Amino acid sequence: MNNILNQIGIENYIFLSVILFCIGVFGVLYRRNAIIVFMSIEIMLNAVNLLFVAFSTYHQDAQGQVFVFFSMAVAAAEVAVGLAILVSVFRNMGTIDVGNLKNLKG
Amino acid sequence: MSTILLIFCFLSVVTIATAFLTIYSRNPIHSAIYLVICFFSIAGHYLLLNSEFLAIVHIIVYSGAIMILFLFTIMLMNLNKENEVYKPRFTRLGAIVIFCLMCLVLIAILIHSKPIVGEYVTTGEDYQSIKVLGKVLLNEYMVPFEFASILLLVAMIGAVLLSKKEKTNP
Repeated sequence: MNNILNQIGIENYIFLSVILFCIGVFGVLYRRNAIIVFMSIEIMLNAVNLLFVAFSTYHQDAQGQVFVFFSMAVAAAEVAVGLAILVSVFRNMGTIDVGNLKNLKG
Repeated sequence: MSTILLIFCFLSVVTIATAFLTIYSRNPIHSAIYLVICFFSIAGHYLLLNSEFLAIVHIIVYSGAIMILFLFTIMLMNLNKENEVYKPRFTRLGAIVIFCLMCLVLIAILIHSKPIVGEYVTTGEDYQSIKVLGKVLLNEYMVPFEFASILLLVAMIGAVLLSKKEKTNP
């Protein structure tokens, strides 16, 4: 089986991941809704995972895919805890606007 | 232009467009649905790179578990009233400028990677089927694998503890 990157090229995957990561950063900066901020973080994680898989194919090595597997486990744990925190924040303050969460401001 | 390159371009356009629409749409439910499409197209990228195990796990974990969690949270909070106040124009402009600058800088750095790459190696051996990945995961990465299970258990307990209603003192 010939390498799929012969026909696509690793640089296209790099550019796709870079643009996806920048869209994630843009979402974190642009939106005030905390749920959308979480979704942007997921997009950033996915951009990095995609690059891991592309380079795993480039080196013909399984280690990158194993790392993506662990990063998916961490992402699942992060989302579970983060959404629980968001629910309790919403219950206490009645909003999830990140601009309003300034109780700790000195 | 070969068929594979065509599939790659189509999947990339879908990925980037839905990722952008996730951020841009005002209704959180629409955002979640666009994000599901984005995750499916990324799973398509994984399939294109012949890593079937990760494609399946990606669909199960992201499109299955995480997005259901998001949708449940959105419905629990009753947020689909579109009452969101946008950030001030100064902040939005700053976000757009930072987006453009970051894209420019990262692409300008990485655009010179092409001559270094040269020829792609093809070893011909199987390295990413479920069989091989399972052997690697349970031999070399045995301890991190067990720690991942502990992490998921702790996250589950933490989520239950955090979202439990506090008892009000009479």
